[in-house]
Amino acid sequence: MVQDWILGFIFLVIKLGIILIVLLTVASYLVWVERKLLSRMQARFGPNRAGRFGLLQPLADLVKLVTKEDTVPERASKALFLLAPGVVALMALLIFAVVPFGRGFTLWGRPVPLVITDLNVGLLYFLALSSISVYGVALGGWASNSKYSLLGGIRGAAQMISYEVALGLSLVPVVMLAGSFSLVEITNAQGRYPFILVQPVSFLLFFTAAMAEIKRIPFDLPEAENELGAGYHTEYSGMRFGLFFLGEYITMITLGSLVAVFFLGGWHGPVLPPFIWFVIKVGVIVFILIWLRATFPRIRYDQLMNVGWKVLIPVALLNIIATGAVRLMTRG
Amino acid sequence: MGTMFEGIKALFTGLATTFKVLFRKPVTEQYPEYKRPLFPRSRAVIVLTRDPDGEERCVACYLCSSVCPTSCISMQSAEREDGRRYSRWFRINFARCIYCGLCEEACPTLAIQLTPDFETSRRDILKLVYEKEDLLVNHGGKNNEYNFYRYAGVTMVGDKGTHINEEKPVNVKSNMP
Repeated sequence: MVQDWILGFIFLVIKLGIILIVLLTVASYLVWVERKLLSRMQARFGPNRAGRFGLLQPLADLVKLVTKEDTVPERASKALFLLAPGVVALMALLIFAVVPFGRGFTLWGRPVPLVITDLNVGLLYFLALSSISVYGVALGGWASNSKYSLLGGIRGAAQMISYEVALGLSLVPVVMLAGSFSLVEITNAQGRYPFILVQPVSFLLFFTAAMAEIKRIPFDLPEAENELGAGYHTEYSGMRFGLFFLGEYITMITLGSLVAVFFLGGWHGPVLPPFIWFVIKVGVIVFILIWLRATFPRIRYDQLMNVGWKVLIPVALLNIIATGAVRLMTRG
Repeated sequence: MGTMFEGIKALFTGLATTFKVLFRKPVTEQYPEYKRPLFPRSRAVIVLTRDPDGEERCVACYLCSSVCPTSCISMQSAEREDGRRYSRWFRINFARCIYCGLCEEACPTLAIQLTPDFETSRRDILKLVYEKEDLLVNHGGKNNEYNFYRYAGVTMVGDKGTHINEEKPVNVKSNMP
């Protein structure tokens, strides 16, 4: 019994280690991918000096970030200032714990599910963690003792409050269809067809709200570089800035996987192995995110609030009512 | 409702544009590998040219240094045994030079000229102070034929009308109608 437990524990640690390393590597290379794609969309070359096709660029960036001086502004609230980037990066990593990324298999008579933990409230866990990660933004902005950072932090918090509601509401129809909060169950419920076919409105709402949640263009008001310097991370340097940066790119992957799980059928797909399907789906979503960034300008603050409260939330509520009505009729 | 559809259409037009550009060849010129051929009159590093006889054209008249808006040109004039003026030393501080070309315009002998060679960055700012031996070149720059000295430099030898481009004096007494 104890032996069994120890073996399970070792399995878990190995799985965690592999996922952590893969996630961090992918996130750092996502920076390269994004810079490359963005520049090609603007008829530029992008990074092409460090190594072939600039493939060593993430390494060079890492070396630069690590060797930079780690400065704390005078009269900054030191403890919070040092804590904030960690919160952002940690929450981004933790969300990935509930994402199923392939069909489980059996190794030496033990089932190995390709998900770190199958929480029965996985969806709520994701919503909760994504709300906590805004504390990193708001606290980092406040603790810096700088106008720009503070404005960025306030914007981050306000944006999060407006879009959290739409984010949660847009997922209610998915829960109604799958009948579960567990991400594994939601994936399994899409065995025959992905939910995007029956819930396109919900998909658009979730995608928009999630884009605002991870602060990407056109919703990158908290870090609007031409108005606020760099927003909430203006005062950060070296690896602390790197953590914010890393957090942003991990959230991009996480968002891609969540969209894949909620709407695109997770790892389900014909012919190719499940894991490959999952990677393809996440890749497509990430590409769309980069594409949107290359195309759209930042929206104004009042427009942001308008879209959030006057469009997304009413549409999400109507969508819930419609889904509920259809569910009732088809069941009876 | 109409404006909404228009707005959505506009979004997709933008997306289509960026997607098309994705497959286009980048317009960036890869600088150290490819150097764009510059026009011969583009203004960068300054040189001191020589006339066709191989002599320095500069006669140290100080016109360039006085016209220079950043006062980056300095020199000391001197005279040779045969009476030809030259600069004992000539110094241009390229850390201050703004490559405006006013010195070239002021120069009466075409000595000081700007060249298209722009790659002058140095780690040490003092290395941007060029002395005369760094500035002198062995050609005539933009005009290889011109020789100031033949026209106006030397004291006149021979009779009136024997100099280059000079006509014989007219005998006013024989200038009959």
